[in-house]
Amino acid sequence: MTGFLLEAAQVLLALALAPGLVGLIRWMKARLQNRRGAPVRQPYLELRKLFRKEVVLSTNASWIFRAAPFVVFASTVAVGFLVPLLAVPLPFDEVGDLLVVVYLLLLGTFFLALAGLDPGSAFGGMGSSREMTVAALAEPTLAVAIFALALGAGSTNLGQIVGRTMADPLAAVSPGHLLAFAALFIVMLAETGRLPVDNPATHLELTMIHEAMVLEYSGRYLALIEWAAALKLLIFFALLGNLFVPWGVAATLTPTALSLAVGALLVKLVVLAAAVAIFETRVAKLRLFRVPELLSASFVLALLAVTSSFLLR
Amino acid sequence: MTDLGRVETALAARLRDGLSARRRVRGNELHCVAPRGDVAAVAGTLRAFGAELVLMVAADRRQEEGGFEVHYLFAHRENWFVHATVAVPPGDPTIVSLATLHYPASRFEREIADLFGIRAEGHPDPRPLVRHGFWPEDYFPLRKDAGTREFRDDGRPFPFQQVSGEGIYEIPVGPVHAGVIEPGHFRFSVVGETIIDMKSRLYFTHKGTEKLFEGRRPAEGVALAERVSGDTTVGHALAYCQALEALAGAEVPERAKHLRVVLLELERLYNHVADFGMIANDTGFAAAHSHCFRIRERLLRLNKRLTGNRLLRGGVVPGGVAMDLPADVDVTAEVESALADFNEIVDITLSNTLVIDRLEGTGRLTTGAARAHGVLGFVARASGLDVDARRDYPFAVYGELAFRVPVFDSGDVKARTLVRVEEARESVGLIRQAIGRTPAGPSVCRLGPLPAFEAAFSLVEGWRGTIIHWVMVNAGGVLERVKVFDPSFLNWRALSYALLKNIVPDFPLCNKSFNQSYSGNDL
Repeated sequence: MTGFLLEAAQVLLALALAPGLVGLIRWMKARLQNRRGAPVRQPYLELRKLFRKEVVLSTNASWIFRAAPFVVFASTVAVGFLVPLLAVPLPFDEVGDLLVVVYLLLLGTFFLALAGLDPGSAFGGMGSSREMTVAALAEPTLAVAIFALALGAGSTNLGQIVGRTMADPLAAVSPGHLLAFAALFIVMLAETGRLPVDNPATHLELTMIHEAMVLEYSGRYLALIEWAAALKLLIFFALLGNLFVPWGVAATLTPTALSLAVGALLVKLVVLAAAVAIFETRVAKLRLFRVPELLSASFVLALLAVTSSFLLR
Repeated sequence: MTDLGRVETALAARLRDGLSARRRVRGNELHCVAPRGDVAAVAGTLRAFGAELVLMVAADRRQEEGGFEVHYLFAHRENWFVHATVAVPPGDPTIVSLATLHYPASRFEREIADLFGIRAEGHPDPRPLVRHGFWPEDYFPLRKDAGTREFRDDGRPFPFQQVSGEGIYEIPVGPVHAGVIEPGHFRFSVVGETIIDMKSRLYFTHKGTEKLFEGRRPAEGVALAERVSGDTTVGHALAYCQALEALAGAEVPERAKHLRVVLLELERLYNHVADFGMIANDTGFAAAHSHCFRIRERLLRLNKRLTGNRLLRGGVVPGGVAMDLPADVDVTAEVESALADFNEIVDITLSNTLVIDRLEGTGRLTTGAARAHGVLGFVARASGLDVDARRDYPFAVYGELAFRVPVFDSGDVKARTLVRVEEARESVGLIRQAIGRTPAGPSVCRLGPLPAFEAAFSLVEGWRGTIIHWVMVNAGGVLERVKVFDPSFLNWRALSYALLKNIVPDFPLCNKSFNQSYSGNDL
């Protein structure tokens, strides 16, 4: 029972932290660019504003357009139940493994792409087409990179992968782990629409990927999509943090261990946010047709990770 | 000016009735009246000498002369001009088209047809250019008797070129954009992500600027000229004032000529710095953008110290300048320090391989296409055309100052970026020289009476390219007709050619590297 309560608590924590994480990255980037930047709480204010605003729907929009925000939000929240944020093992570990995680994320992407096409605007279709190109290359890398870890753990269960690395700290610096980390970091940038693949700060419709798909959304629908996108970013950070550097994740459900786990999670999120902010400040956006090259490279990294994990098992 | 004498002889020999009302003005201008049917012969003769058509101006002179006038301005790189005037009877408002001889003529003729109802016979593409779909069919706003009319949607679709075929689709963008920019509609025909055609529909901002000049006193026109395009305050004000001074035959004091160079180069400098930042920002390299805007802000504050206005308004006045170098600020040191700051940002940005990869080979405008469209300014210089009015038609004291005109051949976004960087550096050198040589003395002179119904013009190399103002006053000494030409009028069209075979997400970058004015294009 405690386990289920903890699952619920961890998802609520993730939902609460996610907008702040986006705000933190934006603020760090602003400081790095010699700007004062909006406060970290800005995304919360934006969400509150959007939830209060009326929804404007295109007359061409069908039920897909109205359903998509809920599907995206629900699937991302569901993923929140399946990834180890604070403690392992948890009861939902039995419900879904890494394959479920990967395809739940893809389900959200799929519906967003459909919703981009649905109102028939040129930008939405453009964004959907680009998002599918990126997703088709990113999803396999995501799965294969986590497979590299699963090979070591002998299970595709994310909780068990974390547990196994905690039990065998040396595994964290094995070639398989490091290569998989690099691959997953690139995939994270692509999947969450960050530089050098997509530019979350641009106002130029023609260069957008993620933003182009959601251009037609407004009000609470947009709030749900933005919130889900922030949650997705947090989940990727948590995967990067906890799968590769699992220390701090609670193995027992004692208050001390859990508060330590929350602290560790916060530290990992801040460190990764800083890494992304610095990286995004130093790079420019890739030419669209170079993105597949980057993602192919990440796929090769993931493949090497699996190979080395298999050979060094 | 032996050359101009030969031109005059050749022109007179070529035309059946010869040239009438021939006169030399200011040593290097030949003004004449040509028969309406002989315009092509005039243009052909001048082309043989290497002179190009740079401006066409129509004027409604029905009250005094009983008809319209169309003026043709030809310019030669060796700094001489031929200004030919053609009378157009109101009963048959047509002229002979020069569109197939000079591309700029095709644009001017379409503009004149829309605004004056003077059609160009033999124009290969007589579609409306400036005319808005809401204007009544017989409404020609620059005619003296145009008045105000009811505007109503005529229901006709805009005649975009349709491209059809397997997998080709259209992306309409604008005229309302996500950023705070002026209105323009761009329609892309695309295969996958590759642009195979782009048609721009501009002219959403017809403000009647040229009409607003009419009836004002010449000195009042300066404020209007300064607002033709907000970022080209000095360029347009200087062209306008120089045209008035040419008309009056006034000799501007040396001090004013030097300070005008300082103002014009300050304008070039802050715009090039800002553009560099915005080009970097469009590649996603936002750090360079915020630093360039910091430097721009520094320069704008300096502008305010000089003229009391961040955009340098009020600096240039007819007969001189209405500003002085501040005693407590070392302007040279300040712009040199800003340039050192800028140079550092440029080095950091251009040593980033990801940024360079986005700039190189993107939006290539070939030298041939650039020459064919008569493009001007940094767009021309990035495509291998060595043109710069500061050197070719020296004004103010540019003839006495040393500066390089940077020219790049590749014609891509990178070239247009590098031209800006080089020009910013040259601008600082020009400011240093001009301030160092500024003599004491008066900084403004009285213009004196302006001769009625005579044409005068002036060319100025603004930061975007060559600006031309053409003025005429009436017997009462108020403005009869002012024609404003911003280089955007010719450069916009070339953007479509630079885009061919590029990919859609690179359009904003190409567009930014052109950065043409909507407002200066659509007066």
